[in-house]
Amino acid sequence: MAVHTSQSVVKAAGDDVARGRSRGTGNPPPPGRIRRALSTHWYAWTMVAPVVVVIGVIIGYPLVRGIYLSLTDANERNVARSIGVNHLPATYKFVGLDNYTDALTGEQFLGTLGWTLVWTVSCVTITFALGMALANILNRKIAGRSAYRMALILPWAVPGFVSVFAWRFLYNNDRGLLNKVLAGGGFDGIDWLGDPTIAKISVIVVNVWLGVPFMMVALLGGLQSIPSEHYEAAEMDGATAWQRFRHVTLPGLRPVSTTVILLSTIWTFNMFPVIFLLTRGGPGEATQILVTQAYKFSFEISPRDFAQSSTWGVLILVLLLIFATIYRRVLRTQGDDW
Amino acid sequence: MTTTTTPTARHSAPRPAKVRKRGERSPLASTALHLTLIVASVIAVFPVLWVLLTSLKPAALATTTDFFKETTFENYTNLIQDTKFLTWFGNSLIVAGLTTLIGVIVSASTGYAVSRFRFPGKRGLMWTLLITQMFPVAVLIVPIYNIMAGMGLLNKPAGLVITYLTISVPFCAWMMKGFFDTIPREIDESGQVDGLTPFGTFWRLILPLAKPGLAVTAFYSFITAWGEVAYASAFMVGEDNLTLAGGLQLFVNQYGAQWGPMTAASVLIAIPAALVFLFAQKHLVTGMSAGAVKG
Repeated sequence: MAVHTSQSVVKAAGDDVARGRSRGTGNPPPPGRIRRALSTHWYAWTMVAPVVVVIGVIIGYPLVRGIYLSLTDANERNVARSIGVNHLPATYKFVGLDNYTDALTGEQFLGTLGWTLVWTVSCVTITFALGMALANILNRKIAGRSAYRMALILPWAVPGFVSVFAWRFLYNNDRGLLNKVLAGGGFDGIDWLGDPTIAKISVIVVNVWLGVPFMMVALLGGLQSIPSEHYEAAEMDGATAWQRFRHVTLPGLRPVSTTVILLSTIWTFNMFPVIFLLTRGGPGEATQILVTQAYKFSFEISPRDFAQSSTWGVLILVLLLIFATIYRRVLRTQGDDW
Repeated sequence: MTTTTTPTARHSAPRPAKVRKRGERSPLASTALHLTLIVASVIAVFPVLWVLLTSLKPAALATTTDFFKETTFENYTNLIQDTKFLTWFGNSLIVAGLTTLIGVIVSASTGYAVSRFRFPGKRGLMWTLLITQMFPVAVLIVPIYNIMAGMGLLNKPAGLVITYLTISVPFCAWMMKGFFDTIPREIDESGQVDGLTPFGTFWRLILPLAKPGLAVTAFYSFITAWGEVAYASAFMVGEDNLTLAGGLQLFVNQYGAQWGPMTAASVLIAIPAALVFLFAQKHLVTGMSAGAVKG
């Protein structure tokens, strides 16, 4: 058994590159193809099986269910539920794409989407710029580098709800430190989380604070993988510091940056905890992003509106999918194999 | 990334400027760099530090602006005596520990498979792993709740662990794939020549080489599970079953705007995360970079 396996592995590893996509587009399958595929790939499949099973059950089913709900008028009053010993069957009905037309023509969705885009773009841009700057500084020979690095990574190490709590404590209107400092300097206190515009800035600040460490660490790793010969060559050619940054550092960081920008865009777009714990979407609905609003539909309003919540969720997913597809297509040049 | 001043110093030779060696900086540039780093570090550390300092003040003086005032541990003793904080802490530790352990094993094996083998479904799997990160909590939480209820896992650590795995594993597997890509294939081949099975190769040869990647994966899984709020507060009910995230919300209502006990709780919650971080931080940069470079 062991011998058979290892042989097939050597074979598989050997013609690894030649195999691949051309498979499956060829002639009709010869008899026993499934068995052959099994004997060639069983170890790979075994290794990914746990992930596939868990994702299939815990993500796949809820997703299908969510899409289905978005095509109905389900809410708290008409889903299957138990009151005492009585079990009431579900009475919601199929309404087709009505929820989607409502969402896409109504002002609430488009307004929330607008702020979500502003939020995502500004958070990712600022986080990336700061992360890039700090990573570049930390990549130099500088005294106390590891101490600085520890301090700068700290926001990442602290659980999200603790740091959000810390910020609420600082932002607090009457007793928060920020306003006390302002008062000490003779200024009026600022309503950090109460004024719609300032609240928007405040949540962005917190999210940037939370996001910079990840960016910085990722970019720092990327910087360290750029061969120093490139910089030496550039210096020999008389490149200025800016030119070296522009023509050596940035291209060298491209693989890392494309990945972290993609991930951080997705994460920021769906950044539930920051908004939820900091402002609950308030004041009014000023800082509500799509995810928190969708959560609100199914947990905070009465009657809970499962259909609308699912509709928004599906729309979020579709938007992100479109974004990711375009993004990958634009960057295909990297030659990633997936 | 060595210097900003060398070329100008070198090319403006006619002026009697001080010529610096390669890699040297003017004192002014050094000061500016240090200043930037210090400001950034203070901003990074301050909110957390402030919570720590506040937790050491008596609850009544929590909102004073002094750094130290009548330092006391009463917030901590009250917290531990009057609430079920230690129970919640234990629950969180179990959930986060299990998530980390299983998450590391699962994402390492998945990452290895997609890094080394070309098999039908690989491309789809990579996409799925990316796409799962796009699913908003809001859509999943109700159906997952129903599944957990159906399997009788509600209010049990296992239910949360499984849910957290779906959050942490996709990213970790992606990162591990990138990390394994940097380990030469020849090592696998030599293992196979010596008669190891694919699993043996993975377990005995590759995993020991992948420690930095594993450290980052562990760090990420732990932090994810330790700090998650939405699922934790939806799935766990009853004071004895809560994890910290849920417990703390009880506690906010119970104490209203009293910051003292809240800050003490925050500090205690941050400690395990900080320990894991200390353990992992040495590897963080190398591990992340390998993962992210190859994505």
